Amino acid sequence: MKAADTDAPAPAAQAGGPATGRGRLGPPPWLALFFLLPALLFLGIYVVYPILFSVYRSLWDAPGTEFVGLDNYARMFTRADTFIALRNNVIWIAVAPAVVTVAGLIFAVLTERIRWATAFKIVVFMPMAISFLASGVIFRLVYEQDPERGLANAVITTVQDTVAPTGAYPDANPREGVPLEETAGGGYRLTEPVAPGDAVAIPLVGVSAEEVPGDAENAAPPQQEQGAVTGTVWVDFTRGGGGREGTIDPTEKGLPALRVEAVRDGEAVATATTGADGAFTLTGLEGGDYTLRLAASNFSEPYNGLTWLGPTLITPSIIAAYLWVWAGFAMVLIAAGLSAIPREALEAARVDGATEWQVFRRVTVPLLSPVLMVVFVTLMIYVLKIFDLVFVIAPGSVRADANVLALEMWQVSFGINDQGLGSALAVFLLLLVVPAMIFQIRRFRREES
Amino acid sequence: MSAQVEPTGPAEPAERSQEGRAEPAAHEGAPRRSAAARLVARTGSGLVQVLLILIALFWMVPTLGLLFSSLRSPQDNAASGWWTVLTEPTQLTLQNYANLLDNPDFVASFGNTVLITVPSTLIIVVVASLAAYAFAWLEFPGRDWLFLGVVGLLVVPIQVALVPISSLYGGTPLYGSILAVVLFHVGFGLPFGIFLLRNFFAAIPRDLLEAARMDGGKELTIFRRVILPLGGPAIASLGIFQFLWVWNDLLVALVFASEASQPMTVALQSQMRQFGANIDVIASGAFLSMVVPLLVFFAFQRYFVQGVMAGAVK
Repeated sequence: MKAADTDAPAPAAQAGGPATGRGRLGPPPWLALFFLLPALLFLGIYVVYPILFSVYRSLWDAPGTEFVGLDNYARMFTRADTFIALRNNVIWIAVAPAVVTVAGLIFAVLTERIRWATAFKIVVFMPMAISFLASGVIFRLVYEQDPERGLANAVITTVQDTVAPTGAYPDANPREGVPLEETAGGGYRLTEPVAPGDAVAIPLVGVSAEEVPGDAENAAPPQQEQGAVTGTVWVDFTRGGGGREGTIDPTEKGLPALRVEAVRDGEAVATATTGADGAFTLTGLEGGDYTLRLAASNFSEPYNGLTWLGPTLITPSIIAAYLWVWAGFAMVLIAAGLSAIPREALEAARVDGATEWQVFRRVTVPLLSPVLMVVFVTLMIYVLKIFDLVFVIAPGSVRADANVLALEMWQVSFGINDQGLGSALAVFLLLLVVPAMIFQIRRFRREES
Repeated sequence: MSAQVEPTGPAEPAERSQEGRAEPAAHEGAPRRSAAARLVARTGSGLVQVLLILIALFWMVPTLGLLFSSLRSPQDNAASGWWTVLTEPTQLTLQNYANLLDNPDFVASFGNTVLITVPSTLIIVVVASLAAYAFAWLEFPGRDWLFLGVVGLLVVPIQVALVPISSLYGGTPLYGSILAVVLFHVGFGLPFGIFLLRNFFAAIPRDLLEAARMDGGKELTIFRRVILPLGGPAIASLGIFQFLWVWNDLLVALVFASEASQPMTVALQSQMRQFGANIDVIASGAFLSMVVPLLVFFAFQRYFVQGVMAGAVK
């Protein structure tokens, strides 16, 4: 604060404002009432009276006819729905303010190194200007389950497909009575061992017509080869009927691009990929027995992403949306604090040979700690009161799982009309922000003095 | 703390002063380092650039998703992701917006939003400036304690007032009216308004006021001729902040507005139950509801940021 303007309580009156000594120049005290009256009326009716009434109302039952003492407060912790709301609020408080503050700190520090800092700040700060409802709609779209429609799952499945592509034949399985058994990972292996010189025919069924690639040729019976295991993997099914089970009939297709492995002692010692006619040749094998395995990757199911809006992930999903909304707030406040740090302090540390990380950790963060504290406390207050985002993002079916105190307070008071419990929840919320209130008042008085 | 309302120049954007200082420092530091250190610094800053571009994309893409979804037919939205418009721009259509503007209920809710937001903002600004002036420049017993009380009220959750005010309104014609919503917003907007303006007014040089008083100016005249013009930037910050706050409100309107007086947020919220089948209405409605806040944000960014910063620990 600048100069000696109006300053903390008693002595302030002399120091700042129209001093009492020159009081004759100033207006009489009753004039102040004229200026203050509208504000005092509004504050009295809409803020102060409700606090008192809520405390009083919380001691009465749902319709407000019977005095129940502290029962409503006890019910807060025993009623299942309300308890979930309490638990979720604890998760929110523990995670959201810290995550947002850290993100804001990182953004603020990094933007000092780019020329387009202002553009970056506008982009990240923009969500602060729009409603939580709009942000909620935005994230409902992002979190759509179907990877064809929801952005989050579209990105995840694309990455997943690159890392571990979907198998070509997720539905294929052996014909009954064929000596193939399923392996732990989802592949198949022959129950009988094979040795170099063997030729095996491996029939699969359950492969739909679309799954068989267009370039698949009619399967060729396996040819024996010296020093190698050969074979054919094919779809043992003749369209329109007429094929014999377990035999390669003339129009039955081979399964191309299927990975086949020869396994000894649990290790794949040779691998081969089937050709267009479904034939493979495993070479480079020493004599002896091997297990023939069709790799699990051939059969893996397509990955459909995460159920962001399901009961398990709903709270983390909404916290992510909260980060998106509030990171700009933290960033701008912290950046303002950062610009007030004397550059010499940072330069001195750098000249002394400190690495950027050390400068950040030992100089920047400690100097910023008052600002970080303000950001953190502010976020905690807003997190306690979080309502709209949860209300909008959580679909009706999981709202109970995503519940938070402010939402529960609204549901209880205006959904099931239990205004006794609703008032108790409101008073509880108020009690939770009292420490912040004290923090605020103390900070204010410190700045004034 | 500097992030707090800086009374002498509240309209000075944080970005500007920061850039001004950050850039030269980086250049001064550079020549002293070895070539290797410079290389590390340069690739490091390359990494930072890439990282920040990715983050900026992460922040922009969800909003673009809403915009593109609002510009596609319900059939296209059901069949594929909005990003397919990038390869098939023929999907784009304004039909959803046309439907929305043909819907009298939606148009009425837009009108309600305006009718709630504009008076709330004006009343808060007027009432808060009057009170802030008294707190900053008038002498009366208990002034500082009363002001500390206002500071304490900054953090009171809205939830505390929902039940009491609805029972206060109950039975009166006020319940469900636009006025009911407006008055509630004024009540809860005042602590912040008074706090912000009082700090600003208190920093106005005393000489100016004393001179005006010496000339025999009445307090109301001084308030109008001296305080209001000088307090312009702070009043703008407050006005813009409150405008966006009220425009974006859902909870207060959900409790106190009726179907006839509901603002856009409540109207849209009631559509959310059928989200999947309703994306065309919801996406275009949500985007329309964002247009005004975005325009205000881009036009008065500086003041808004200032207001938000002053609101820290609200």
